[in-house]
Amino acid sequence: MTASIPAPTARPAAPRELRGEPTWRRRRRRWGLAFVGPQVLGMTIFVALPFAGSMLLAFADWNGLTELSWVGFDNFRDQLTSPKFGRSILNTLLIALITVPIGLGLAVTIAVALEKLKVRTLYLLLFFAPVVTSQVAVATIWQQLFRADGIVSGWIARVLPIDPPNWLGDPRLALIAVCIVTVWASLGLNVVIFLAGLQNVPPTVVEAARIDGAGPLALFWRIRLPLLSPIMFFSSVIAFISSLQTFDLVFILTDGGPQDATRTIVLHIYDVGFGRFQFGLASAASIILLGITLVITAAQFGVQKYFVHYEED
Amino acid sequence: MLIAKGMPMSAVVFAAPGNRRRVPATTVVLHTLLIVGGLAMVFPFIWMILTSLKTLPQLLSEPLSLLPDPLTGENYPEALSAMPFGRAYLNSVYIAGLIIAGTLVTASMAGYAFARIPFRGSKALFIGFLATQMIPKQVTLVPFYLLMSRLGWVDSHLALIVPAMLANPFAVFLMRQFVLSLPKELDEAATCDGAGPVRTFFAVVLPNLRPGLSALAIIVALDTWNNFLFPLVLLNSTELFTVPLLLAGFEGQHGGVNYGLVMAASAVSTVPVLILFVIAQKRILNSMATSGLGGR
Repeated sequence: MTASIPAPTARPAAPRELRGEPTWRRRRRRWGLAFVGPQVLGMTIFVALPFAGSMLLAFADWNGLTELSWVGFDNFRDQLTSPKFGRSILNTLLIALITVPIGLGLAVTIAVALEKLKVRTLYLLLFFAPVVTSQVAVATIWQQLFRADGIVSGWIARVLPIDPPNWLGDPRLALIAVCIVTVWASLGLNVVIFLAGLQNVPPTVVEAARIDGAGPLALFWRIRLPLLSPIMFFSSVIAFISSLQTFDLVFILTDGGPQDATRTIVLHIYDVGFGRFQFGLASAASIILLGITLVITAAQFGVQKYFVHYEED
Repeated sequence: MLIAKGMPMSAVVFAAPGNRRRVPATTVVLHTLLIVGGLAMVFPFIWMILTSLKTLPQLLSEPLSLLPDPLTGENYPEALSAMPFGRAYLNSVYIAGLIIAGTLVTASMAGYAFARIPFRGSKALFIGFLATQMIPKQVTLVPFYLLMSRLGWVDSHLALIVPAMLANPFAVFLMRQFVLSLPKELDEAATCDGAGPVRTFFAVVLPNLRPGLSALAIIVALDTWNNFLFPLVLLNSTELFTVPLLLAGFEGQHGGVNYGLVMAASAVSTVPVLILFVIAQKRILNSMATSGLGGR
C-alpha cells in the first residue's frame, strides 16, 4: 500500500523560485506527488501505453506471430469500406438513437410519477433490479424469453393474427429485440438519478408557480423539466457513450446475427481482433470507435445550450 | 404572504379546497400504472424462476404454460454439477474485494492530493485524468491484451485485478469531489497540530470520507461483478472464470432444447446478488443517485 511511496530522505537544494518557502510546505508538495503516484503509474502503464499501442497498431499489419509490417492508412481504408464494419456502425448508431430517447423519456415519466408518491421503495427495487444484474444474465434470460417457440411469441400469436415472431432469428426483428432488452436493463439507473434530481427541485419554486396558477402539466413542462435538464443532458451523454459500446447483450443474445443484423462496433472489434487475430484492423476499428464517440459527445455538448437550462446563481 | 412561517408546504397544498379529493384519485392511477410497469420489469426474473422449475416435457408442450406443473427442482443440482458455480462465486468475490480495497486506497489518496496538496503540474495531471475518461476501454482492448500477454498475466486474475485497482480515473475524480466537499479547516487544523500529510490523510481525511468511500465501493463492486468483455478475452481456464463468464459458457453449451437448465444456471448467478441488493438497497440506491452516472 505505502510501499510505492518513497520516503523523503535527502532533500535536494530548492530551485530558485522556491527559496524562502517553508520546509513543511515543500515536503507536502512532494507528498502530493507520492499520493497520486499509484494511480498515475497505473494510468500510464494500463491506459496510456495501450492507447499509444492502439494508435500504432492501427497502421500495422500484425497477427501476433508473423513479422509486423507498416501499412499506412490501409487498415482504415479496409475497415471503412468493409460491409461488415459499415453494418456494425449502422447497427450501433441505430441502437443508440432508438434506446437513448425512449429510455430517458420512460425514466423521466416514471421518476415524475414516483416523486408524487410517498411509498416508492418497492417500485424502485423493481425498476433497479436489472441494473444490479449482469448483462450476461440479462441476455441469457431474454434469449429464452424471445425463443421462436417461447412464451412472448406464443402470447403475440394468440392476440395478433400472425405467426409467432422469431425475434432473434429474423433480421428485421433482432435489432428491435436488442433495443427492448437494452432499455429494460438500463431504465432503473436513470429513474433513480432523475428521482434524486426531482427531489432537489426547491419546493419554494414549485409552490410559487402553483400560486401563480400553474397546473400539473405546466409545472412539469415549465418548472420540473427545465430544472432537471442538466441532469438529463449528462445522462444522455453517458447513455449514448455506453450504447456505442454495446457488446455483452448482443454477444449472448445473437452473436451479431442473423446476417450481421445486430453486429455492433465492439462485437466487430472483438471478432476481428480475437476471432481472426487481425490486430491492425481491430485497432483501426477501435480508433474509429473513439472518433465516433468524440464526435457525438461534442455534438451533444454543442446543441445542449438550446435545450439545457442552467440556473444562474 | 399566504404561507405562514414554519408551516410545511404540503399543508398548504392539502388545505386548498378541491385538492383534497383529487390527490387520492391520481395516486390510485399512478399506483396502477407503476404496478403494471413494475411487473413488466420483474417478469423476466419471475419467468426465469418458474422456468427453472419445469421439466423438459413441459418446455416442449403446446401451448406453453407459465406455471410449472409438476414442480421439479432437478435442474438445480444438474446445473451446479455441470459447471463450477461455487468456484466462480469465489473468484468473483475475491476479485471484486481486492479491486474495491485497492481502488479505495489509491483513488482516495490521489483524490486528496488533487484536492488539497498543490504540487507542480498537478492541474495538468488532473486534466489528463479527466481526458483519459473519454477513451472507451474497448478502444485499448487489443494492445491491453498484448501487454497482459507480455507480462504473462493472460489466464491469470492479475490481469483483471492490478489494472482495475491502479487505473480508475473516474474513482479519482469522484474522491476529489468528496474531499473538496469536506471543510478545509479539518486538515488545516491537523497540519497546524504538526501532523504530516500521511497522518492527516489517514487519521483525519479518510474517516470523514466514509460516505464517499462507500459510494465508490458500491459503484466499483457493480462494475467489477458484471464485467464481461475483459475476462472473456483474458481468461481461458474454466476454474478461473467469474460468474458472468461461467454463465456465458454454460449458455453456450446447454442453451439448446432444455432451457429450464439454463434458467436454473441464470437463477444461481443472479438471485444471490438480487438478495444482497434488497438487503443493502438504501445504500446502493443512494450511491447510484449521487454518483452512479460515472460508473457506467
